Amino acid sequence: MRKSAIELNNIKTKYIKYMTNFFKNSDLTRSQAETIINDTLISKDDGELYLQDSVVESITLDDQKIKNTSYSKTYGMGLRGVIDDVVAYSHTNSVTKQSLLDASKNINSTLRNFKSKHHDKSIRKSNENLYSDHNPIDAKSLKEKIQLLHQVDQYLRSKSPLVKQVTASITAEKKIIEIIKSGGATFSDSQPTTSFRASIMMQKGSKNTQGSYANGGRFVFDEYINENNWKKVCDEAFRQAENNLDAKKAPAGQMDVVLNNGWSGVLLHEAVGHTLEGDFLYKKSTLFHDKIGEQIANNQITVIDQGNYDGGRRGSLNFDDEAEKTQRNILIDKGKLVGFMHDRLSARLTANKPTGNGRRQSYQHAPMPRMTNTFMMNGKYPREEMIKSVKKGIYVDALGGGSVDIVSGQFNFTVSNARLIENGELKENVEGATLIGSGSDVIKNISMVGNDLELDNGFGMCGKSGQTVQVGLGIPSCKVLMTVGGSKV
Amino acid sequence: MLKNKKFLEEHASYCVDRLINKLGATDCEVVVANSVSETVEYRNHKIESSDRSDTLAIGITSYIGKRKSGTTLSYIDKENTDKMLAKVIEVTKITPEDQFNELPDKELLIKDYEDLSIFDETEIDNQEKIKYLKEVEDEALSNEGIIKTNGSSFSQSKTNFILQNSLGLSAGYKQSSFSYYTDLLAKKNGSGTERDYEYDSKAFVNELMKPKELGKTAAQRAIRKLNPKKTKTQSIPIVFEPRIANSLLSTLSSAISGSSFARGTSFLKEKLNQKIFSKDINIIDDPRIKKSMYSKPFDDEGVSSEKIYLVKDGILKNLKLDSYYSKMLNMKSNGRSSGLTNTYFSNGKKSYKELSKNLDKYILVTETMGGFGNTTTGEFSCGAAGVYFENGDNYSINNFTLAGKLDDIFKNLILADDLKFKYSKNSPTAFINEGLVVGGQ
Repeated sequence: MRKSAIELNNIKTKYIKYMTNFFKNSDLTRSQAETIINDTLISKDDGELYLQDSVVESITLDDQKIKNTSYSKTYGMGLRGVIDDVVAYSHTNSVTKQSLLDASKNINSTLRNFKSKHHDKSIRKSNENLYSDHNPIDAKSLKEKIQLLHQVDQYLRSKSPLVKQVTASITAEKKIIEIIKSGGATFSDSQPTTSFRASIMMQKGSKNTQGSYANGGRFVFDEYINENNWKKVCDEAFRQAENNLDAKKAPAGQMDVVLNNGWSGVLLHEAVGHTLEGDFLYKKSTLFHDKIGEQIANNQITVIDQGNYDGGRRGSLNFDDEAEKTQRNILIDKGKLVGFMHDRLSARLTANKPTGNGRRQSYQHAPMPRMTNTFMMNGKYPREEMIKSVKKGIYVDALGGGSVDIVSGQFNFTVSNARLIENGELKENVEGATLIGSGSDVIKNISMVGNDLELDNGFGMCGKSGQTVQVGLGIPSCKVLMTVGGSKV
Repeated sequence: MLKNKKFLEEHASYCVDRLINKLGATDCEVVVANSVSETVEYRNHKIESSDRSDTLAIGITSYIGKRKSGTTLSYIDKENTDKMLAKVIEVTKITPEDQFNELPDKELLIKDYEDLSIFDETEIDNQEKIKYLKEVEDEALSNEGIIKTNGSSFSQSKTNFILQNSLGLSAGYKQSSFSYYTDLLAKKNGSGTERDYEYDSKAFVNELMKPKELGKTAAQRAIRKLNPKKTKTQSIPIVFEPRIANSLLSTLSSAISGSSFARGTSFLKEKLNQKIFSKDINIIDDPRIKKSMYSKPFDDEGVSSEKIYLVKDGILKNLKLDSYYSKMLNMKSNGRSSGLTNTYFSNGKKSYKELSKNLDKYILVTETMGGFGNTTTGEFSCGAAGVYFENGDNYSINNFTLAGKLDDIFKNLILADDLKFKYSKNSPTAFINEGLVVGGQ
């Protein structure tokens, strides 16, 4: 992280232009589509047609060979109509007049017993230009990418004879979307993503260990899969696997945990982030639904979700999947709960403004409130001071993934790498631990917030109700009381 | 309307013909699949959303000698299809050779097979779906302590596909599935809110669990979780109820895949034909169970699949194999390229009651969070909730962890005699009396 989150208000102008002509090879013309959209949506509170044309190229090296090269295309459209809190969605991969008429019929059929009170056409327009509209797949030839993966394989295997398996992959996507609202307002965006991942297995005697790391974002390929960067990814994967070779059993029970900065933001994402998504607010299913304005954490804690974060972040979008502009949203301000993340539906139902968090996986899905880039602001403590203050606990320097039940707030994470702390000193590596806790407890139990905020390296994928979207996250180092699930009583 | 066989065959044949006769592929495999599904979501007696999905997807694998590449596309006008076929050939030419890249051996491909009856013509329209969900919610909400539903949903899905390859294979079939669930919130006398669910999924709509039963089961589960206590860190016998115990089969499935054996990344890699469970444990995978939505007479490479023992008398007998990794391991594919099918533990000899009788205390695990074991390192650690049994008394507990080693869990596993077929992986209640540590306060 070179820039702090606060500095980023550099708004540029983006001209809306058609990037893929979805109507070129179709019997459906743009004006016919607009007419059908108008006819369908005028009697609804909200809705839109969402069109998508995306291509993904993926190359995987495994077992010293190129195991997979693939080039896939996703193309289709989805029509959504909303009245009150009822959503009708119909999608198809054939962009034809008949398909759109069928979709319109399905939507009218579901919503026929509901009456629209107010058709809302307003939209908060974006003029962001957070990423270029280059094609990330063409940024390097396939041959060059294959060569690079072989280089990665050799580099990792040369680090130690104990490296027994290396998997590395490069994935690039060019995603073009268009959103057409009733009245013909049209929004078009080209959203590039590239990512690089390396995983290794090491073996010493009968003991297997793993390490895995990645980077990615909406950059141009060479900007971040350069030699310096891919070696850093490999070094981190190697470090995790090597540290676990001599790791002891992790302890079990409640204790102080010091989390490192960056990817540990997954703690925020699971323990707090999901519970502050607007759909859970109007359904009153989140444990925080009646806590707005209340102090839910100590005053060291400020949490932001920012969809217009600059610098090629994975969670950034010029506008969300309902065409609402993305922005910087304060969720928790010095411990006080001040806001939720909204799509247009949850905003309307809770008398709030949309916050640019309406996202969807693809044209096959209706949008819902989702996180973008979620992070905690800096506190004042150096990490060393936190470690020194722990009598018995663990220091986590690589977390895996996690999940949460938003009703009870119970969450869990896998620890990839950790060390024991005894009397303020780092001791041996420990392995095999899960961290658990409840969201409302854990934000109260964060006792020290570090001064080293860092955003993750760009590999976050978040799943909710069957939809996966890419997200960014970040956190300074933190000291927090949690339950550690090791196997040593 | 689901696309018919002729439509799918024509598209598949067009691709196979063009790849082989025009573009220079030496071999290829093409799957064309159409899937139509409709879902209604319902919450507290009101429709929440409807979703209709109609997708056509083509998956293509092309070979030029030992070079191989693949593509998928969802949009099938001729211009786009031709462009993607040309692209896959271009990529195949650049992809390095791999000696194990080839189509399955011809004699392993599916020929004739018995109709498994896995397609139900019945159409459940959205009004009927709502009727099911209303009945579920009526029943659930009539239970004291159930305050509201967190969402219920009913889906109908129908699929038709054709798989062709350049060895002359052309096979496919129609499949249906009907599934519904309810997710409930419970709260009683100033307690916190707890959540639990029940669901069912079948190929035939008339084989689904009845709505009243589904609503009642979900309600009982949610109410059972109320007023949870914490537990202390300790070693104690652990009992997995069937819906948790079946995850052991998912973990095993990933540990015995051809890829993890060939690549040396499974903690079981040296254990083929060795004892990994006690001699009472048998694990079967049967792709030919009639009327089961998980049945698959052949896999996604067209290789015929038969009933096999994965584990017999505690000994690991078979792996989950596709063509590529079976060649690498010098074995034969058993038609599990698309994964396992209907997998189950055979019943143990004693009932839950008999098995629990001699335990002073134990934890019945009803929910886990996070992974169910790492099949490379063999470590097991997850979050859990359940019921604590001690001296004839029992109460709900949550927010604890379970940790141990997978080989210990396997070795110490004892099964009850209450196996029921409900999921793709099915287990009786499972006892692990030693080897797991509970992390609590």
